[in-house]
Amino acid sequence: MLEIKNLHARIAEDGTEILRGIDLVVKPGEVHAIMGPNGSGKSTLSYILAGKDDYEVTEGDIVYNGQSLLDLAPDERAAAGVFLAFQYPIEIPGVATMTFLKTALNAQRKARGEDELSTPEFMKRVKEKSAELQITMDMLKRPLNVGFSGGEKKRAEILQMALLQPSLCVLDETDSGLDIDALKVVSDGVNRLRGPDRSFVVITHYQRLLDHIVPDVVHVLSKGRIVKTGGPELALELEQKGYADFVDAAA
Amino acid sequence: MTIEPRTLETRAETDLAEAYYRDRDALPGGVAVAGIRKSAFDAFRRSGLPHRRVEEWKYSDLRARLKSVPAFAARRSDDDAKAALAALDDVYGAADRYRLVIVDGHFHAGLSDVAALAEAGVRVCPLAEALVEEGESLMRLPQIAAGDAATGLNAVFCADGLVLSLPEGNSLDKPVEIVHALSASAVSTSERVIVAAAKGARATVLETFVGGAEGSFSNTLTDIRAGDEAEVTVARLQAEAAGTTHVGSAVVTLGAETKVKLIGAGIGAGFARHQSFIAFTGEGSRADLLGITMVRAGQHVDQTLVVDHAVPHCDSRELFKTVVGDGAKGIFQGKIIVRPHAQKTDGQMMTQSLLLSDDAEMSLKPELEIFADDVQCAHGATSGQIDEDLLFYLRSRGIPEAEARTLLVLAFLSEAVEEIGEEIVVEAFEERIRAWLAAGA
Repeated sequence: MLEIKNLHARIAEDGTEILRGIDLVVKPGEVHAIMGPNGSGKSTLSYILAGKDDYEVTEGDIVYNGQSLLDLAPDERAAAGVFLAFQYPIEIPGVATMTFLKTALNAQRKARGEDELSTPEFMKRVKEKSAELQITMDMLKRPLNVGFSGGEKKRAEILQMALLQPSLCVLDETDSGLDIDALKVVSDGVNRLRGPDRSFVVITHYQRLLDHIVPDVVHVLSKGRIVKTGGPELALELEQKGYADFVDAAA
Repeated sequence: MTIEPRTLETRAETDLAEAYYRDRDALPGGVAVAGIRKSAFDAFRRSGLPHRRVEEWKYSDLRARLKSVPAFAARRSDDDAKAALAALDDVYGAADRYRLVIVDGHFHAGLSDVAALAEAGVRVCPLAEALVEEGESLMRLPQIAAGDAATGLNAVFCADGLVLSLPEGNSLDKPVEIVHALSASAVSTSERVIVAAAKGARATVLETFVGGAEGSFSNTLTDIRAGDEAEVTVARLQAEAAGTTHVGSAVVTLGAETKVKLIGAGIGAGFARHQSFIAFTGEGSRADLLGITMVRAGQHVDQTLVVDHAVPHCDSRELFKTVVGDGAKGIFQGKIIVRPHAQKTDGQMMTQSLLLSDDAEMSLKPELEIFADDVQCAHGATSGQIDEDLLFYLRSRGIPEAEARTLLVLAFLSEAVEEIGEEIVVEAFEERIRAWLAAGA
């Protein structure tokens, strides 16, 4: 279970305050959507969950399965089950995609005291998950994310998620840059991973993703605070009225 | 001559002068070779060791580095040489190749695959013998290399080495490794290797520089003479012990329609200067130069190259990658010269460096000297750090920081590694790179 308690955070470099007291509880198996206008702190929240050190937590805590994530390095958080699907997955020339996938998977298994996967077993898993996401072996032969289209990058993120089997998936604007077909492939990939032991925090600007990945709870984030929480109908309301009402309410 | 000989200033310079006076009569070669040695020595007497006010050596002050110069090593017995070799890493391990062994500057035919090479039609001759027979032509270097301080000192002192002669059309079935091993006692060495590939010959030569002790000084020269239509790859790996001073010169002369690939990896030594001189003498030729340098605390490693497009219609490609760790200094100097009539020259030089700490230093000096008007030449130089966003991405997938950094350093070097094209070299270099990274930067 994820508990975010009164989380305040700022940009480390210049001290700009971004998060101003977030409280959020996500139980196992739940899907929470976080919506909000640009600049509300959505992506910052995702980065802080994953441990990016561009941000400084000044108050509050993030507790995951009884342990403070703030004490853990990004790789330790990953081994503890946290996964961030990036809004802009990064291209890394010179790092082969397969090498990367295998290194990541085995590093996590090692951190958890499990045996490394054999190459045949690893290949079997990659092939199976890739096929579901319409990722060709040709894509996997390229360096990590290099030359991938926007849609290919997002599918590659979901492939990583499917292979690493995290228990907390944070999706940062996974719908951005996707056309309708790609959105469906990605959403189906996410939905296949839904289960009683896995939670999702889905960050999005638009309601359309939530037609495909139906959330249990919807939160509206504005100026670094959650200003309203409701069911899936809240997303529709936002879509009709826009963010203005909520933002003003918070001010 | 009325030029007043300059008084040699440092202990090391005096050591070298005394070594010359002591050894000159014993150095191999006839009258002509002795004359070449003498004039090279006179040049040394006038200029001393190269230092920071000599433009080509401004970042690598050899005079300041060398506190003293140990005596030039005498030939070891084959048994001693074998023992010295056995104590050192075998870089290419079980890979199938011919092996030629130089220990402390002297060629050991008894430890080398001379007979097997002879069966393949390739002649190997100890330099000490070859200098007696045909010394003057063997000592001759192209103009861009002849005036250099280090090649000059090599001419003064080279006592041995080898000549590898590939006859016309010979295509060797496997690579030839030339091991330059230094024993564990501090000595000076000054061997010269000549690789002569006649018309249409093809070969891959692997040079490995290993061993040595605190204070060892090696000043080696490899002279690659690639005739018309020859295709020669030379992969040099310098992995000497931490305290040595290593100066290694590779001199390449290309005929017409010739292809040469010169790969240099510099990982070892306390102070290393790798210099390459590429002279195009026939049209339609191509030279590819790759450099991989990794420097860590206290090390100083210099890659310097001069490419001389003296004739039209030749291509040169240079890609040099340097990884500099905490408290280390890396240097790249690259000069492409295009002579007035060398039209249709295509020369592209790129040097990139990755600094692993705030206390890492890199000096980059790319130069183009173009005197022809119908040429394509470009150079680029970059210097950067590990990208924190890439590092975070890898770590967010569970890869621990040290391993993520290793992946990113390998990624930085991969472009050069992929260009190597010789599988056994790629494997050996990658193993070295990983070991270097595992030891911490």
